[in-house]
Amino acid sequence: MSALVTSTERLQRLLALVPYVVSRKVVGLEETAAAFEVSQRELVDDLNLLWCVELRSPDPYCPIDLSYEGGEIMVSQAESIGRPLRLAVDEASALLVALRMLTELPGTQDRSALTRLIAKLEAAAGEAASVSAQVAVQVDIHNGEGYADQIRSALDRGRRVHLSYYVPGRDETTERDVDPMRLLVVEGRPYLEGWCLRAEGVRLFRLDRVLALDVLDTPAAPPPEAEHVDVDSGLFRPSESDIHVELELSAEGRWVAEYYPCESIVELADGRVRIVLRTQDTGWVRRLALQLGEDGRVIAPPSLIAQVREVASAALANYAV
Amino acid sequence: MSKRKTERLLGLVVCLLSTRRYLTAEQIRAAVPGYPEAEELFKRMFERDKEDLRDLGVPLETGVNHPFDEETGYRIRRQAYELPELHLEADEAAVLGLAARVWQRAELAGAAAGALLKLRAAGMDSAAAQQDIEPRLGTPEPAFGPLWEAVRDRRPVTFSYRGAGRSEPGRRELEPWGVVNRKGHWYVAGWDRGRQATRVFRLGRIAGPVKFCGPSGSVKVPAGADVRELVRDWGVPSRDHTAVLRVRSGTGQGLRRDAASVTPAVSPGWDEVTTQFGDVGWFADYIAWFGPDVVVIDPPDLREAVIARLKGVLA
Repeated sequence: MSALVTSTERLQRLLALVPYVVSRKVVGLEETAAAFEVSQRELVDDLNLLWCVELRSPDPYCPIDLSYEGGEIMVSQAESIGRPLRLAVDEASALLVALRMLTELPGTQDRSALTRLIAKLEAAAGEAASVSAQVAVQVDIHNGEGYADQIRSALDRGRRVHLSYYVPGRDETTERDVDPMRLLVVEGRPYLEGWCLRAEGVRLFRLDRVLALDVLDTPAAPPPEAEHVDVDSGLFRPSESDIHVELELSAEGRWVAEYYPCESIVELADGRVRIVLRTQDTGWVRRLALQLGEDGRVIAPPSLIAQVREVASAALANYAV
Repeated sequence: MSKRKTERLLGLVVCLLSTRRYLTAEQIRAAVPGYPEAEELFKRMFERDKEDLRDLGVPLETGVNHPFDEETGYRIRRQAYELPELHLEADEAAVLGLAARVWQRAELAGAAAGALLKLRAAGMDSAAAQQDIEPRLGTPEPAFGPLWEAVRDRRPVTFSYRGAGRSEPGRRELEPWGVVNRKGHWYVAGWDRGRQATRVFRLGRIAGPVKFCGPSGSVKVPAGADVRELVRDWGVPSRDHTAVLRVRSGTGQGLRRDAASVTPAVSPGWDEVTTQFGDVGWFADYIAWFGPDVVVIDPPDLREAVIARLKGVLA
């Protein structure tokens, strides 16, 4: 708990703390502090505050009686707050939207648990659940469904997989052996996170770019240095050796700034923008420039400008114009 | 944070839960310690306290005990306050843990954590959630927060929107029906008051703040409005045109995968690929991506569109 916790936030915690103890009859200070993500001192402050609550009607009385001797909390009198407060609309929605998204995920093996839990939460939340129907999440499972099930099975059995993986930037299909680590769903797309034996590193593979997948008999053995990708800080990880590519986009070409992670976006007149992308491989930017036509222009680096013109001329020659 | 305020609010909740009768403000002041003597100060403080409790989701009821009572009273019905009995099996608790992680650092993360805490307070033990699957929902669009509130509270909003390919953003007034995430992007669907039509907006294209422009509860979501359907159909042309392409051998893997047919070696080094597409502009972009490795044979408008892009590069 920090000084930033408001009175109402603390009240919310207190209203959960009493039933937390009541439903467990006796519970340790340490365990409770961990569950509420507060220090033991803060928890003791909370308990003292609850114990001190006084009402006059008309004679003063203390509605809540509790003790925490020997590190064990017991509530002997909880008056009317022995049960937790109902789920608020935001709370019910946050869980229900997430659960419904999970039911859509490829590779989810606990559909029955999900269905039962959704029904229970809807019943418990009552009216608060209805708004969650106005929020929906669709996961892009194009071509990925069967593969996700295979990956889950490989993860469960600890097996290596072989992938034929399409790299659009090079229009190339690569063959790789991968030791699966996790199945991720980020920004609406499923990915396999795994140790790629060819790249000797942890890589993410978009399932919609997997052309074929075989679960091998070889046990998966990601090395100790194989660390999980931090999915909360974005999938794009800039590197020292990145090339900086500068593009100028027309209003029609602005979608590029939405689609690719940009290092910088500068607004120009008439809805035009200038963006900087960082990449290890400029091959895909060359292709991007071709598809943008007059709606995007490479400003830097100069070598890329020359390449783009060269490829465009070669492509036009095919049409003999 | 004020400890005294927390104590007073807690006293207020316990007091109003313990009564079957409606209590007037004066009776509440007599029962709950911590309210000031001065009438004006008390009124203001009591108003704020009621507001705070309602924000927390405490169902504060107002009413009178007798038809002759002049002053409104307050109470909290226990049945409306309490989370109903809820027993979760171990596998349900495990997927609940997974669901609570979905929002992680996004807009509804606090709400998910709050819900989990209440369920634990109801006696649910936290089970170890699966570690080998990690789903995440992000809300990087600043418009998500206010639009979620608008959908929740059924309030109309106004915002500045830059449509695809538009050079200047335009003002929109919307009765929002729901928000949908499709392929990682958030959209809001609803009734566009200016256009007098159903519209879908991409949150990432909203420029500047989203402002409420009407009271809570004033938006009526029509029966049968399916925001999922609206967003799914938005900007997705059906693939009812046929293209005939020459594709250099060993290239164009992405095209071949979706092709209706592939005839190898129609001329030395080139295969013929027939495929379905929807929008000419969109498909021409995709063809241009492959540069000299793909040539459009038919239809002519697709051929011209690709040529125009390539000439545009050289212009």
